[in-house]
Amino acid sequence: MAYNHKVELSKPERFAPGQRLCAGCGAGIACRAIMRALDEGDKAVVCNATGCLEVSSFTYPCTSWEDSYIHAAFENAPAVCGGVEAAYNVLRRKGQLDETYKFICIGGDGGTYDIGFQSLSGAMERGHDMVYFCYDNEAYMNTGIQRSSSTPRFANATTTPVGSVSTGKKQDKKDLTAIMAAHHIPYVAQTTFLGNFKDLHEKAHRAIYTPGPAFVNVMAPCPRGWQYPAELLPQICKMAVETCVWPLYEVVEGRWILNYVPKKKLPVEEFLKLQGRFKHCFKPGNEWTIESAQKYVDEKWEQLQERCASN
Amino acid sequence: MSIRERLSGNEAVAYAMRQINPDVFAAFPITPSTEIPQYFAQYVANGQVDTEYVTVESEHSSMSTCIGASAAGCRAVTATSSAGLAFMYEVLYVAASSRLPITLACVNRTLTGPININNDHSDSMGARDSGWIQIYAENNQEAYDNYLQAMRISETPDVRLPIMVCQDGFITSHAVENILLEEDAAVKAFVGEYHPEHALMGRDHPLAVGPYDNSPYCMEHKVQQAEAMKNAKRAILDVAADFEKTFGRKYGFFEEYRMEDAEVALVLIGSTAGTAKACIDSLRNQGIKAGLVKVRVFRPFPFEEIAAALSHVKAVAVMDKSEGYSAAGGPLFAEVRSACYDLPNPPKMIDVVYGLAGRDCAVQDVERVYRYLLKIVETGEVGPRYIHMGQRSAREEVLGNGL
Repeated sequence: MAYNHKVELSKPERFAPGQRLCAGCGAGIACRAIMRALDEGDKAVVCNATGCLEVSSFTYPCTSWEDSYIHAAFENAPAVCGGVEAAYNVLRRKGQLDETYKFICIGGDGGTYDIGFQSLSGAMERGHDMVYFCYDNEAYMNTGIQRSSSTPRFANATTTPVGSVSTGKKQDKKDLTAIMAAHHIPYVAQTTFLGNFKDLHEKAHRAIYTPGPAFVNVMAPCPRGWQYPAELLPQICKMAVETCVWPLYEVVEGRWILNYVPKKKLPVEEFLKLQGRFKHCFKPGNEWTIESAQKYVDEKWEQLQERCASN
Repeated sequence: MSIRERLSGNEAVAYAMRQINPDVFAAFPITPSTEIPQYFAQYVANGQVDTEYVTVESEHSSMSTCIGASAAGCRAVTATSSAGLAFMYEVLYVAASSRLPITLACVNRTLTGPININNDHSDSMGARDSGWIQIYAENNQEAYDNYLQAMRISETPDVRLPIMVCQDGFITSHAVENILLEEDAAVKAFVGEYHPEHALMGRDHPLAVGPYDNSPYCMEHKVQQAEAMKNAKRAILDVAADFEKTFGRKYGFFEEYRMEDAEVALVLIGSTAGTAKACIDSLRNQGIKAGLVKVRVFRPFPFEEIAAALSHVKAVAVMDKSEGYSAAGGPLFAEVRSACYDLPNPPKMIDVVYGLAGRDCAVQDVERVYRYLLKIVETGEVGPRYIHMGQRSAREEVLGNGL
């Protein structure tokens, strides 16, 4: 059935309102969209890494999750999820469980790219039937905007502050989506919030209903860390895609598929200028940072196109 | 009918696991517990169990997998030692505070620093405040019997706490001894099935586990956990009574060996008890009233019961097989000495830290301790309260050669 935004939005919310995330936060938007991708009637268990989402959505005695939910620690959500999935398999085998459950693991970039990376890699390699969604807001936002390995070069973060001799983070962003593709799991995708959410919805649905492990990386901006007014969120996501900073693509059974090629690839400034974390890049004397960022994006975009063309 | 066999401690625990047929086993190797997941892997390969055997990439993930599986309503087990247990440290607390009755076979090995694979109790003693029940074995038979009792204790509704079943690395885990095994059907009937009231799947309502628990509620939850640990005392004795009725072997919080009229006594944990018993028998032949309290249950700690057992003794040496670096003695000493504080005439008490990182402890070493206690009784002078035994040193050991 073709995607219909109205129909999808009329489904009962599985990530209920009342959670304590900031206005303009990408994490909550990602969760609503992910949970909408579950077919009505299908049950799910959500495993969440410690982070903004966890502390804002399940503060005792309230929870925003209509489905069963478990949080244990920052770095172990994939292993916890693997345990739940193992339990599901044995209970089904013993005839002690009739219903079908889907297993959804969610973490921020800190819990995914960094401290939880071992757990994620292990769970994917073992082949648990689960989906890992990363809401990537490119820093440790829950503890106050410290850099992560997902933070892009030149971003101003509280552990890579801009100063008289510093232009922000020195290292490039880790290419986690490609690393997950290198696990040769059945489904890997990269997406964000665009227009009517068709791209995110379809990728989430495909990831959830693909047997075996799947990984979806969702760029999910943070108004505090990226320093933008809440209403600019859709524009930032759009510019991330139109500048090819965050290309939309899938790796299906090892086949790399580019989902969107901008008619006219926009310069990287169009993405950077919307965010306070890159403000210093536009100061006289720092022109080189933008040139350098553009060069990096161009190279990565080139590589991705080659990969997708060589299938 | 019990079955006479010869098994190592590791094999005995793996055998018990096969008989219980747990739902999920999260496996990661570390010496000296590695054999347990290995034996179990063969049971899986031979189709002798229904267990989901999850070969994780670390001990942190093995405990995390157990947490997920247990919250999903399953019996989840794992085995580890030393650095493996230390790597689990954070999630041990998560398991206990989430009230998940996970069973961990701990094969005691010293903690790294420097790396060493041999036995002492520093690994599980490091986890003593994590909210896990801890039961220790003297020998292979006890490791097997304790494992058969573990799940019923931890799954008791007003307990619901994870449990660590400990045995001494190599000394117990790798030594092959005679053992009485029980029949599969009898074990299954004794252990029973596990169907918790709440679980992530298959219940009328969804379940949320592991909240952000702010100060208006969190202390209540911690106090409930503390109450559960108190309740575990009753559960341990109830299960032991049923075990004795079913299989004929008696267990309690601790074993008292020739304590009725003992004037000097040791308090210790684990395999050294066998050495101490041999020593006691020989001392008794010489007319020396020596006794032993072998602690089986360290968490919950049997405070009043230990005090009662030591109330008539003149001098006690607590033997700690782990160094607490408190500058005042090991963890067992701290508990036992505190337990005896309320006695009208508490025994004179010293702490002997011994056997660290696999340093051997022979009958003559234990005898040195008893001789030292006799000297304390004779002179009334305690001398240093916290001493080490068995190490090379430029200074003469406080215990001397004792003979």
